[in-house]
Amino acid sequence: MAFSDWITDARNIVFLVIALTMVGGALVVVTTRNVVHSALTLVVVLGGSAALFLMLGAEFVAWAVILVYVGAVVVLFLFGIMITRAPIGRDSVRLDHERRWPPALIALSVFVVMAWSTTLAFGSEQISGGVIRTDAIGDLLFSRYVIPFEAVSFVLLAALIGGIVLARKDPDR
Amino acid sequence: MIVNQFLVLGALLFSIGVYGVLVRRNAVLVLLSIELMLAAVNINLVAFGAYVDDAVAAGQVFALFVITVAAAEVGIGLAIVVLIFRNRSSANVDELDLMKW
Amino acid sequence: MTTLLGLLALAEGGEHAVEVVTDPGGFVGVLADFAWLIPVVPLLATFAIVLVGKRLPLKGWELAEGAIGFVAIYAVALLIANWVTPMAVEHHIEISRIGSLPGLGDLVLEWGWVVDGLSIMMFTVVGVVGFFVFTYAKGYMEGDVRFTFFFASFSLFAGGMLVLVIAPNLIQLIVGWELVGVASYLLIGHWWEDHDNNAAAIKAFITNKIADVGLFVGVIILGITVGSFRITDVLDAVARHDSALAAVAFWAGLGLFIGAMGKSAQMPFHVWLPDAMAGPTPVSSLMHAATMVTAGVYLVGRMFPLYQTGGMADDVKTIIILAGGATLLLTGLIALVQDDIKKVLAYSTLSQLGYMTAAMGAGAYTAGLFHLFTHAFFKGLLFLAAGSVIHGVHSNNMSDMGGLRRFMPSTYKTFLIGSVALAGIFPLSGFWSKDEILASLSNDASHGGGAAATLVLVLAILGAFITAFYMTRAVYLTFFGEYRGDGHPHESPRVMTYPLWGLAALAAVAGFVNIPGVYTPFTEWLASRIHVMGDHHAGGLNWALALIGTAVALAGIAAGTRLFRRDAATQAERDRFRIPVLYPLLEHKYYFDDLYLNGIVGPIKGPIARFVVWTNQVVIDGVVNAFGAAARFASGYVYGWVDQRGIDLAINVVAAGAGEAGGVVRKAQTGKVQQYAGALFAGAVLLVVGFLIFS
Repeated sequence: MAFSDWITDARNIVFLVIALTMVGGALVVVTTRNVVHSALTLVVVLGGSAALFLMLGAEFVAWAVILVYVGAVVVLFLFGIMITRAPIGRDSVRLDHERRWPPALIALSVFVVMAWSTTLAFGSEQISGGVIRTDAIGDLLFSRYVIPFEAVSFVLLAALIGGIVLARKDPDR
Repeated sequence: MIVNQFLVLGALLFSIGVYGVLVRRNAVLVLLSIELMLAAVNINLVAFGAYVDDAVAAGQVFALFVITVAAAEVGIGLAIVVLIFRNRSSANVDELDLMKW
Repeated sequence: MTTLLGLLALAEGGEHAVEVVTDPGGFVGVLADFAWLIPVVPLLATFAIVLVGKRLPLKGWELAEGAIGFVAIYAVALLIANWVTPMAVEHHIEISRIGSLPGLGDLVLEWGWVVDGLSIMMFTVVGVVGFFVFTYAKGYMEGDVRFTFFFASFSLFAGGMLVLVIAPNLIQLIVGWELVGVASYLLIGHWWEDHDNNAAAIKAFITNKIADVGLFVGVIILGITVGSFRITDVLDAVARHDSALAAVAFWAGLGLFIGAMGKSAQMPFHVWLPDAMAGPTPVSSLMHAATMVTAGVYLVGRMFPLYQTGGMADDVKTIIILAGGATLLLTGLIALVQDDIKKVLAYSTLSQLGYMTAAMGAGAYTAGLFHLFTHAFFKGLLFLAAGSVIHGVHSNNMSDMGGLRRFMPSTYKTFLIGSVALAGIFPLSGFWSKDEILASLSNDASHGGGAAATLVLVLAILGAFITAFYMTRAVYLTFFGEYRGDGHPHESPRVMTYPLWGLAALAAVAGFVNIPGVYTPFTEWLASRIHVMGDHHAGGLNWALALIGTAVALAGIAAGTRLFRRDAATQAERDRFRIPVLYPLLEHKYYFDDLYLNGIVGPIKGPIARFVVWTNQVVIDGVVNAFGAAARFASGYVYGWVDQRGIDLAINVVAAGAGEAGGVVRKAQTGKVQQYAGALFAGAVLLVVGFLIFS
């Protein structure tokens, strides 16, 4: 499919805007010299992914991303930054390693390989899917996926207990 | 919309996350980069789900599971970082070389 | 009784003319259909012990004992059923299909169980010997720090062996094979706080792994050539003289036998077994009697038609018989100079495994497995009795023992029964199986075995002498004379002596199940399998060889008695005793044999000539002593040069090479997580690129 055909679809223009925002935000996340900015820019990227989920008809996932990531995880990160007193300010030497080109090379090759193989495999296959509503997801979670769902709930519980055990002050000391 | 546009975006985000994981010294920032990679995986999952368009919504359900596990991972990860910081007064990954011979 | 007579009639009729039922109905059918429980129950017990063992009143022992008791009862029930109706039942459950890998065709991964004479015999050995050993181990391991974990590993050991034995396909056999290897690693290194034990565990594991390469190669060759990993399919191909298989059968058979040499500790892979004595004694007992070392002989027995059919791997038989012959003599000699009672038994096991292997190499399927059967009982018994002695005197060294027959009457009597059975004295079990092997070797020598079989027959007769000799030595050093250790030896608790008596009873009577020409149900049990081909089985009792064997064994006992009974230690010779700490004690209590002292010091310091002169006053003495001295010298030579310098040198060179390489490679281990992660991603990229390019 030619790029001119692709770009005439309004949804693809929206996609392009969101995608560029996300990529820019992601680059900021991994390059900024300010730790707090990094965490806050992650919100932008995750918000972008939520918007993509809406485009793909995944309403519940989109709102779950907003609630869990933006509402909880990023706040957790901010607390982590505060507690560990990560250097806040423009001090890039201490935030990154000195040599950046080997990681950049590896990351680039990862991208090339992944993009290459997906392009080989899917070419210009269209997405046909419609919206899957939240009530359908809810039904599925509690019928077909009830066992993985319960297992994941135990994982969360274990993580909760583990987090408390790890992070609390040792009463002996 | 073609499915590959989402996949390439996912690959790009994932690679940026890989770069962040490899280049950042601060453990919190490494965890942030891992979140980036997980987000990329979620995009792939949901895109594939929409592409296959199955009745059981496997892509979306597994994206939800990934979100849950990611939340658990962040909780535990940050707890470990806090613990390490408390013991060694530093949260820099490259100062933790206990796995060395 | 009529059935019994019918079987006898069949046995008279010809070589294994047994009617095998592949689908027994009724209760026997149900019994065979549920035989999958046999390995599963001990394995489940392992997990249960790990999970809840510590909370149970007997700390998990009851679960292990229950599981092995179940196996024993089930096995005996199957044995009786098989006695009445010879059967060979196979079941396969498909687990997954290995897709269309290049060259592999459509191979199927299966789990299954085979219930035939051979596997039932092995169930019985593992279950019954295991039952006694597990009971005994409760007393032996009492108060151990890792009591619960010990029984978990012990259950895993037995369960792994049962998986191996019950396997109807080669993949499952490998699974069991490796489970046994892992469990043996855990058990040999049970007291890992002592570095030596740890090293012994690693040595056993690595040596086995090296030999396992042969097994894997053999299995892969068979699987690819036949297109199926099922043993029956492989043996079907053998039976119809499949030309593709015939082309590679030699290498497949050799590979399988190399694997068997590792597990059954044949030269040159025998080095791990004596070191494996580092484990608790019940482990040694089970390892030497029922599980682990019998696996190799079992494998050769299971794949027997492959080796026995002309045009297939029959050339490997020469290698097998020579490996067995070399092992049985050389390791038997080493047993003569050992001071550690468990090492005497360990080298004795090596020697007996040599007998089994040699029998297999002579094409004597029944004889080899019959010796495995009887050996399991008396060697299990001997190890348990030795463990009881060690438990009583807190030392492994026979130089710390002596005179124990007064302190430990039960242990003494049972050890004696085991020794006599091992020495092969009529009518105990060892006599029947050893005679069977000698007869088979002679039979093979006259039926195409050639010079190799004749040579090994001579070696086996010599081996019989040596066996009797070292067991006599062990008995005298341990139970006769004066007590030489410190502390107060005491008889073991009843939880340990009762198993001794149980095994002693079996060691005494187990031989009666195969009296050549008179009553041979054992031959019929083993014959009840789908493929039995060309067993070189001597029909009747070979009177000449039986007499020679007995005479040689009696000569060995006489020689041992002559040498080790004597009370003639002079001051000078006592000075040379190699454990100086014990010397003051020995001065008062040690009225033991001069030759024993020389036996330890002699090969090194060389006063052999002196004691030959000293004993030369009596002619018979002289002959006997010269024999003893030569044997000691040869064994010292073998131990010192072949074993310690030759084989160990090779191993040390390999180890040093690995160390050097490690020094270079460890620089890559920077400890920096992110470098590891970078290598991970780079490797993943390379893999994907590789797949994209080459697919």
